[in-house]
Amino acid sequence: MKKDLLGIADLSPEEIYLVLETAEAMREVGRRPIKKVPTLRGKTVVNLFYEPSTRTRTSFEIAEKRLSADTLNVAVAASSVLKGETLVDTALNIEAMSPDMIVLRHASSGACHLLSRICKSRIINAGDGMHEHPTQALLDAFTIKEHKKTIEGLKVAIVGDLLHSRVLRSNVLLLTKLGASVWVCGPPTLVPPGIECLGVHVTTSVDEAVAGADVIMMLRIQQERMQGAFFPSLREYFNVFGMTAARVRGAKRDVIIMHPGPMNRGVEIASDVADGPYSVILEQVANGVAVRMAVLYLLAGGVEDEAAA
Amino acid sequence: MKRLLKGGRLVDPANGRDGMFDVLIEDGRIARVGRDLVGDADTAVVSIPDGFVICPGLIDMHVHLREPGQEHKETIATGTAAAVAGGFTAVACMPNTSPVNDHAGVTEYVLRKAAEANLARVYPIGAVSRGQAGEQLADIAELKSAGCVAITDDGRPVATAVLMRRALEYSSMFNIPVIEHCEEQSLKGDGVAHEGFQASSLGLRGIPAEAESIMALRDISLSSLTGGAVHIAHMSARQTLEAVRFGKSHGARVTCEVTPHHFVLTDDMLAAPVPYDTNTKMNPPLRETADRDAMLEGLADGSIDVIATDHAPHHYDEKLVEFDHAPFGITGLETAVSLCFDRLVHAHVIGLPRLIELLSVNPARILNVPGGTLAEGAPADITILAPDLPVTVSADRMKSKSKNSPFIGWTLRGGVAATLVGGRAVYVNEDTKLNLTNG
Repeated sequence: MKKDLLGIADLSPEEIYLVLETAEAMREVGRRPIKKVPTLRGKTVVNLFYEPSTRTRTSFEIAEKRLSADTLNVAVAASSVLKGETLVDTALNIEAMSPDMIVLRHASSGACHLLSRICKSRIINAGDGMHEHPTQALLDAFTIKEHKKTIEGLKVAIVGDLLHSRVLRSNVLLLTKLGASVWVCGPPTLVPPGIECLGVHVTTSVDEAVAGADVIMMLRIQQERMQGAFFPSLREYFNVFGMTAARVRGAKRDVIIMHPGPMNRGVEIASDVADGPYSVILEQVANGVAVRMAVLYLLAGGVEDEAAA
Repeated sequence: MKRLLKGGRLVDPANGRDGMFDVLIEDGRIARVGRDLVGDADTAVVSIPDGFVICPGLIDMHVHLREPGQEHKETIATGTAAAVAGGFTAVACMPNTSPVNDHAGVTEYVLRKAAEANLARVYPIGAVSRGQAGEQLADIAELKSAGCVAITDDGRPVATAVLMRRALEYSSMFNIPVIEHCEEQSLKGDGVAHEGFQASSLGLRGIPAEAESIMALRDISLSSLTGGAVHIAHMSARQTLEAVRFGKSHGARVTCEVTPHHFVLTDDMLAAPVPYDTNTKMNPPLRETADRDAMLEGLADGSIDVIATDHAPHHYDEKLVEFDHAPFGITGLETAVSLCFDRLVHAHVIGLPRLIELLSVNPARILNVPGGTLAEGAPADITILAPDLPVTVSADRMKSKSKNSPFIGWTLRGGVAATLVGGRAVYVNEDTKLNLTNG
């Protein structure tokens, strides 16, 4: 693996499979009575979060602790970014205390690339703006593979706010690299221009996207980003794009339904679908810990490789 | 004192000259242009090597000198030092300083600082609206008599169609153009990069090309309505070029400029070689290959009038931040000539006489200022170019206070040998060994 995990864009299919295989072994650790291995003992990991996050931050922290790393959470209120210390200065100050890895969540796309250029610590992208969220895509792939054995040849429908979603970008890159057929669906106002160049099918018809799908992946409607009048109302959004049991019936009989969370019930997904038999939403959360342990382990292993070389 | 420039190729499109002419300079003016001139005893003879080019001094009609108010980015002294090092004998500076150049006090301050620096000529451009707030016209007669050569609210567009109408009508009595930063603000929104595949893939908020062309169409229509002269600044989109062609073919008084970065670079630079490099963030943004190619076509076919740099210095602290938070803009004065040679002349897009029109003749005509000519009696504002000089763009050599350029490290063919303002050598490139010491 490279020094940092900035995005799926930098990973080869072989590296993606390596993470997924390593995550299998890591999941086993979580099933033991004593859920801890000494792998990262003596390593310091800083979780630097510039955006509020419950799931991702908790998941990283549990993963770090299960690997015996010393972890530290730095939560920076979004408002202090503009008036206070710059990201670069904050990072350099943290770097001065010699951490081994920095897990960064930031509202600006490319923030991890900036840190990667100035920091010796390994940078793990825990979500940067509208760009990438690589560990989410890896845990999604892990979950899909568990149910479908392979990713190649699957039809995956991704429905929701495509424009603002870093989960979309990472998943499209990963799924197309591994040979899935990816359909993306949302209102035309929320389709990133040129997205078809990434090798996906674009449609505004949920039924077309879902028809014969092996996987349905829902994306959150980010209400905090809805100032731009992208669609008339949440009610109308649900009527046209909401994932209901009736729409799910167009998919394969063994379809799985995914959501990166947090969900807006009754906006992008009906509760009976979210809680229904096809839903693997909580499995995704569980797998997140194993996948993040794998990423931390593989990046830390890289440190030793370089030192030995 | 008399000085005779002997040898080299003289390119002076305004007077239809292109060939082996010598230039005699006397008392800061061009005394004679002719073949095989000889000086008398007190004439310093400067021999210009074969292959070098003598042309009327280059004029950059779109620069930000940042003074008053943002002297940590640039001052009039450092900005004009950068100008002459880039071959420019004159620059026109934008009014979005702090305070805004919307009254004679600021204009006079700028001119005084320029006189103290005593390098390039500086032509201030005044604001269209008071405080560039887009509400009330600035005192345009006062600005004009203090020395402003045009008006603009650059940094943003003239806020409303009716204000633009009044500005065009009112300024026409002073025979000065309104320079427009074309950008429909609601379409631009909080965009930071050209709306297209690259921005989508990098997760950057987009600015559609139509944000520019819609405003250009508004202004061209208003130019037709009022008869006022509008100059479209830093054009970036092929749709805008189409709008300008439409306006020109229908007799509107419209002219336009393009920057070197918009005819050299595309939004592919956002992703590589350095992803999210804030020195690829400018407004208007780098656009797609089709737009870049359209700019080259417009330069070749005559639709584009001017090459201007939009020199926009920013302190490195301001650029060493997240892409979203970085200010728009790059420096341009010291890279323009090399980029023009390398990408236009040596690439056979345009010939040298056309380049001189774009960089000297046309800006002088549009701003109605001296220059753009090597006619006998004109001020001896002369640029000597070295078309084959190998140039490696280096931050260390830049005279500008700021080094925010995406071209640092580039190797280009063609550069500036020397710059003369009023007959005085204000810049000599040490790599060319021209003997131009001022007596």
